Amino acid sequence: MRTDPVILSVAFGYLALLFVVAAWGDRRAEQGRSLIGSPTVYALSIAVYCTAWTFYGSVGRAAEHGPSFLLIYLGPTLAMLMAPLLIRKMVRIAARQRITSIADFISARYGKSSSLGALVALFALVTITPYIALQLKAITVSHAVLVNYPVSADTSLIDEAFWMDKSFWVALVLAVFIILFGTRHLDASERHEGMVAAIALESLVKLIAFLAVGIFVVFVMFEGPGELFGQVAATPELAQAMSLESVPGGATGWVGMLLLAFLAFFTLPRQFQVLVVENVDEQHLKRASWLFPLYLLAINLFVIPIAMAGLLLGGLSGDPDSFVLTLPLSTGSEGLPLLVFIGGLSAATGMVIVETIALSTMVSNQLIMPLLLRSKRLHLGTKGELAGWLLGIRRVAIVLILLLGYLYHALIGDAYSLVTIGLVSFAGVAQFAPALLIGLYWRGATHQGATLGLIAGFMVWAYTLLIPGFVQSGWLDAGLINQGPWGIGWLRPYALFGLEGWDIYTHSLLWSLLANVGLLAGVSLFTRQTPLEQTQAALFTEAMNPNLQATSLWHGKTTQGELRELLSRYLGIPATRRVFAVSTHQATTSLSPTLDDNEQPASTELITRAEQALAGSLGSASARVLINSVVRGEALDLESILSILDTTSQTLEYNRRLEQKSQELARIGEELRGANERLRELDRLKDEFVAMVSHELRTPLTSIRAFAEILRDGENLPDEKRRHFLGVIVHESQRLSRLIEEILDLARLESGRLTLNPQPLDLAHLARHSVDAIARLQENRGVRLRMQLEAEPAPIIGDPDRLEQVIINLLDNAGKFADDTAPEVLLRVYRHKKHYRLSVEDNGPGISEDERERVFEKFHQIQQHEEEKTRGRPKGSGLGLPISRGIVAQLGGRLWVEDGASLGGASLIMELPEAPPKEPASSEKPTVT
Amino acid sequence: MSITPQHRPRRVQERLVALIIVALLLFCPPLLLVIVALPAAGLSWLPLYIFIAWATLIGLTAWLMEDGSKH
Repeated sequence: MRTDPVILSVAFGYLALLFVVAAWGDRRAEQGRSLIGSPTVYALSIAVYCTAWTFYGSVGRAAEHGPSFLLIYLGPTLAMLMAPLLIRKMVRIAARQRITSIADFISARYGKSSSLGALVALFALVTITPYIALQLKAITVSHAVLVNYPVSADTSLIDEAFWMDKSFWVALVLAVFIILFGTRHLDASERHEGMVAAIALESLVKLIAFLAVGIFVVFVMFEGPGELFGQVAATPELAQAMSLESVPGGATGWVGMLLLAFLAFFTLPRQFQVLVVENVDEQHLKRASWLFPLYLLAINLFVIPIAMAGLLLGGLSGDPDSFVLTLPLSTGSEGLPLLVFIGGLSAATGMVIVETIALSTMVSNQLIMPLLLRSKRLHLGTKGELAGWLLGIRRVAIVLILLLGYLYHALIGDAYSLVTIGLVSFAGVAQFAPALLIGLYWRGATHQGATLGLIAGFMVWAYTLLIPGFVQSGWLDAGLINQGPWGIGWLRPYALFGLEGWDIYTHSLLWSLLANVGLLAGVSLFTRQTPLEQTQAALFTEAMNPNLQATSLWHGKTTQGELRELLSRYLGIPATRRVFAVSTHQATTSLSPTLDDNEQPASTELITRAEQALAGSLGSASARVLINSVVRGEALDLESILSILDTTSQTLEYNRRLEQKSQELARIGEELRGANERLRELDRLKDEFVAMVSHELRTPLTSIRAFAEILRDGENLPDEKRRHFLGVIVHESQRLSRLIEEILDLARLESGRLTLNPQPLDLAHLARHSVDAIARLQENRGVRLRMQLEAEPAPIIGDPDRLEQVIINLLDNAGKFADDTAPEVLLRVYRHKKHYRLSVEDNGPGISEDERERVFEKFHQIQQHEEEKTRGRPKGSGLGLPISRGIVAQLGGRLWVEDGASLGGASLIMELPEAPPKEPASSEKPTVT
Repeated sequence: MSITPQHRPRRVQERLVALIIVALLLFCPPLLLVIVALPAAGLSWLPLYIFIAWATLIGLTAWLMEDGSKH
């Protein structure tokens, strides 16, 4: 089973499976049913942290350095514990600014600096390429061990042409995979869904493979952990293998390694890629903060047993890095070693895929793009051409990075042991941590500080780790390590300034971070930030500030046409259309679409979105350069951002409350003004009322007085005249007392003191009674009075006397306003829904719409024509209708005017609710006041 | 002590910070040296201690995060 054809078909079959999964993931993403939209998949994708170095190297390190391998996983555990605080902030910033890589992130933080971005990208390339080489080497070695066992793999690796090396072909397949699934979108800030799905699967495969071999070793090769550790305890040379003494550097080395792994977890380009760039939802961090550490725990659970078992059965395999393979092989097992090989392959390929995508994005966006933008010729490119170029650059970068990694592996890969390369890389990328983490919390960190700190940190790292590595590979004189350069003892790379006895990584980390952080802080304190840098610093440090979201940063001016041209040149027509589509959708409400859009000024949101779209594809520094090329005027309003950010939520709350209070005050003021207005109006009405009343009272009084004087002075008036005058006086007195009675009624009504005596009665009966009472009078006036009782009986509740007064008043009024030549009045009683209505209609001129409510005002009298007045019709006091309405309203009814339906004049309608059905004798009389 | 809903996120955050400090204490020398100094029966207790502390920490984080996410 361990023949090349079988192994190769399984290995490449596994890679083919990755293609299928990735393609499926991308298909699902296009359909909008994302595969990776789950916190579990997110946590699994983070497990790309566990590379072939974990898979093979952990056991090796455990065998040689005891429990120190655990630190590589405890560091990330601590880091993930902080994920809800720290990584969440990074995720939010990256999503808002369309960050594509860690180089882009650091460049954006320090004022979208292209130089800093290029520096980070370059350092990442230098640091990570050996790490990729390490993965390829692991594939080659594991394949060789699998095929050649029990012959040592080392001897068989010599004299192989590169096309015989399986890792070359694996690298080639991976290049195709990465180009297919890693460069689907120009926008590198978009998620590579298929790729992430494949990575999550790889994480599962390597975990299962490792657990399988662990269980096999502990429970099949030995009879459980008890027996295994019993044997270990019985072997004197192994008893101390897992103590703190076996950790390089002891307690100091322990802390140093913990810190190293903690920092590297944030700054490894692949971790930044899966943690930040590929994050779909901030909320996923919650689950990942414990699920990923759990994954690490699980994959490390059997490391010590396997290492101990390997050492116990010592000598069977030589290299402890291969124990995972050689232990099952030594039992003659066939299937398990193949599974382990696939597990190692998945660990290696997962790392290579993500790391290469991250690096190629950095290379294209941070290294090549800024250079291209400086060349004038590029600006002449036709529309959309550059979009193709960019993807091409990224694809070439992918192939080159893999090739570089392969060359590293093929030419100098044998110089280091697996773990050494890994840790050197860790210490290298840890140099990004100060600029990254301090920049997230200290607004004052400047571009110069970050650049110098980074350079210094890298130089110290190179001097204390990289160059001594070359020495140990035999390329440089060993005297450098032992005596120091030019024999200067305190410059020895592993014992800088005489600091001896530390493990080399902790030693390097101490000096490099000291230089790095020292320069970052020191230089920042004495340099000034540019306005753009200040803004970016504020946006980064205050990313969790909830007030930040609504801020629009652009105040520059440009036209939509210019912006459109810029975008289409760099991103292609479809992407440009998408950017504009959102905006025109928003703008159509205010702008007419028929206007020439190209001449329209671009809104600040549109400029911001355009910059984001460019940033997602080209990196923030290049995007800024391009936007500046078309936008005129200062693009940023720093003051407004800073003021928003500086305002604490308390002051905002305080302001909000103040505003609320002042609004309340304004509202109360308005109310008071209204009340005052109403009071004035009432006062005016009262004056008017008094004047009217005086006037109305004076008329009859004057005539009474005049006739009384005539009677007093005219001694010899004929009796007939005297009687007539007396009659007038009596009549006028009656009118006077009626008027006073009415005024009193009105006053009682308005003050609510009018006492009614409601009782069940028949409206029809009442109407008949009223008509009888007034019939005589109307007859005298020549009015034809008709009665139409459609509902009889019409039971209602009311005060019979008062209602009769109302009905007579209505009939009287109707008589007055009926047609002159043939006056006619019609009284109807009918049922309407749950009410009874009594309408009094005349055939007069009617009442116009705007007069209809005013007839119910006090002393209102409809303008009568001169001739009518001359006919001497009795004039009303103008109080009858207001009093009637008051009475009806007190009885729970309504009184209003309509057009007459049958006679064509005005129709006054009184509506009263139907009396409830007669109840047994107990029914009380409700008293209405 | 009862926690009002608006104080809950802050309380979760405070607990998380406390948990980070606990994790640092558990994984750093002063406490480690105590474990190392324990009389060993054959193998050192250190790896076992680390694994137990690690698992406890994961359990606590899971409890804190998943419990908090319901609110």
